[in-house]
Amino acid sequence: MSTLLSVRNLSMRFGGLTAIDDLSLEVPAGSITGIIGPNGAGKTTLFNCLTGFYKPTFGSLVLAHPTRGDLRLEALPSHRVARDAQVVRTFQNIRLFPKMTVLENLIVAQHNVLQRASKFSVAGLLALPGYRKAERDAVERAATWLERLQLTQYADHAAGALPYGIQRRIEIARALCVDPVLLCLDEPAAGLNPRESAELNALLTYLCGELGIAILLIEHDMSVVMNVSDHICVINYGRKIAEGTPAAVQNDPHVIKAYLGEDEEAGVMEESTS
Amino acid sequence: MSTVVFAAHGMTPAERLRDAGWIAFVAFILGVPLIGLTTVDVGGRLAVNTRFGLLAAAVAVAFGGRLALRWAFDRLAARKASRQRAGSAISRTQTIANVLGWIALGAAVALPIAFSDNRYVVDTATTVLIYVMLGWGLNVVVGLAGLLDLGYVAFYAVGAYAYALLSTQYGWSFWEALPVAGAIAAGFGILLGYPILRLRGDYLAIVTLGFGEIIRVILVNWTEFSGGPNGIGSIPRPSFFGLAFTRSAPEGGHSFASFFGLEFSAMHRLIFLYYLILVLALLTHAFVSRLRKLPVGRAWEALREDEIACKAMGMNTTHIKLSAFAIGAMLGGFAGVFFAARQGFVSPESFVFTESAIILAIVVLGGMGSQMGVVLAATLLVLIPEFGRNFAEYRMLLFGLAMVLIMVWRPGGLLAHREPTLRLAKAAGGEQ
Repeated sequence: MSTLLSVRNLSMRFGGLTAIDDLSLEVPAGSITGIIGPNGAGKTTLFNCLTGFYKPTFGSLVLAHPTRGDLRLEALPSHRVARDAQVVRTFQNIRLFPKMTVLENLIVAQHNVLQRASKFSVAGLLALPGYRKAERDAVERAATWLERLQLTQYADHAAGALPYGIQRRIEIARALCVDPVLLCLDEPAAGLNPRESAELNALLTYLCGELGIAILLIEHDMSVVMNVSDHICVINYGRKIAEGTPAAVQNDPHVIKAYLGEDEEAGVMEESTS
Repeated sequence: MSTVVFAAHGMTPAERLRDAGWIAFVAFILGVPLIGLTTVDVGGRLAVNTRFGLLAAAVAVAFGGRLALRWAFDRLAARKASRQRAGSAISRTQTIANVLGWIALGAAVALPIAFSDNRYVVDTATTVLIYVMLGWGLNVVVGLAGLLDLGYVAFYAVGAYAYALLSTQYGWSFWEALPVAGAIAAGFGILLGYPILRLRGDYLAIVTLGFGEIIRVILVNWTEFSGGPNGIGSIPRPSFFGLAFTRSAPEGGHSFASFFGLEFSAMHRLIFLYYLILVLALLTHAFVSRLRKLPVGRAWEALREDEIACKAMGMNTTHIKLSAFAIGAMLGGFAGVFFAARQGFVSPESFVFTESAIILAIVVLGGMGSQMGVVLAATLLVLIPEFGRNFAEYRMLLFGLAMVLIMVWRPGGLLAHREPTLRLAKAAGGEQ
């Protein structure tokens, strides 16, 4: 399988603090890559570097875009990462447009397409057929995703007033409206109950398997990561400590050490588990 | 199941044309004897004259009128249907706002007719409308885009001085200067927007406050350019399609009064100005309401809600902010042009910080982003001090007290309800 995203020697320093330290990572196309690690390991910082919110101190992020060739993500401002590279993310602490309705949230996600169709608002102000068609298509598209994520009944509700689990789904639906080639989900299962987590698993498998959207997944809920990931990368203190299939990672001594801590009698556990 | 409410056409275009064709045919049949042929008295005998030109015009009017009528009916029906489908989603607040809106419009149109000899009422109503227009302009920046602007009066000043200078120095008329002054104000909006792209909230407020003061201080001190504290006087008043509101008609021409055969009255000009600002305000309202439902308007609201999420959705927040500043400033500029034309005199004293504060208060009291709220708040904020004149020195005290009470009573503003820009109507039983 070809590589979609290659992270090469990425470092991110905030003053004296090194959040990411010489991290290299490959994300294959059409697969789900899980990223796990203890709190403060640098997972979200990686997402922020990837989506243009931080400029990495060192290293490169190359996206092999299916139609636009290789794109250097670290050189793009955040809105161009989403617009041109089609790398779209969700946030750990949900960032919807709370006062707008769910449908409006999904329409705003298609802003660039609609803005082009509205010709700097001129065609829009005159309600020309071209613009109206674009708007209809946008609503159609939003409606399709709402249907797919079982959100249709909430379409006309203010997004901020809905329950947490539903807001998580809306955020994913909104990201999908941007038409991503790489979808970066930051803890999508946080705060979900077991049933909702299972639904999330099914959704992620569908997106990747049926639609071929590559997914990069930060998650603490092991029932999600271990079940859906094709490939897992474990980060601690900004460094990659293990990589491989879910089964391999689960038994990796470094991972167990990072999560459970090391026994005082150095390396006893490491010996026994490997 | 979900269906999208958009074009609920009652008829296809071909059907409409055929329908209008029939009506035109009937009009033609009726029109031949009624309009096409007329009898004239020629030397004591009756003769038949033909007026086919007029007949053709009448048939064309019937055709066009029928098309327009059909279209209006279908739109009404479609709107009603979509409302029914959306069911209870249309809230009571929205209905109240709609009803209030129509009442206010009716009252606004009728006001000068009812008070055609009361200079004070017409003048005050004109002032209310200026503030309504300013409120709608600032609503774009503060209410929709969520960018706290404490220096909005700067754009009002730019518009007013642009017209004052263009008309007194270069002899431009009101209608020529209006778009140019609007464009200049929009330019200043972008000029202000650039340096403050990274600022939000309190910091943004401070910089915009400073910008408003800079413009005023420049106007006070740059005497050669703006006349300094003395301002600019004898600014030409707008004319009614070239007819001036003067007592005596110009040589070889007409004044407003002489053209319509009326007796000259100073009220004509005031009433004209009133209707002028009413039209400008309504245009502003239509423009802003329409923009709100376009991608740019939704982007403004999204920006207010969450700037980071906007970026993550691929939206260029720089462009969105600048467009909000530019549009808001342009509308402020238009209001400024009208202000200069109405007063015939501008000076920096009219553009002090208090003005910015009042306009902001109108937007906040009305309910951020609410168009009808602005009308209500502008009316209150202009009328309360007027009614308070009886209380002499306690006037401003009452004004402040009223503002405090309104905010205690309705913390979100008078009409704080937000109407979605579009809806996904559900087919019956489509709930999951």
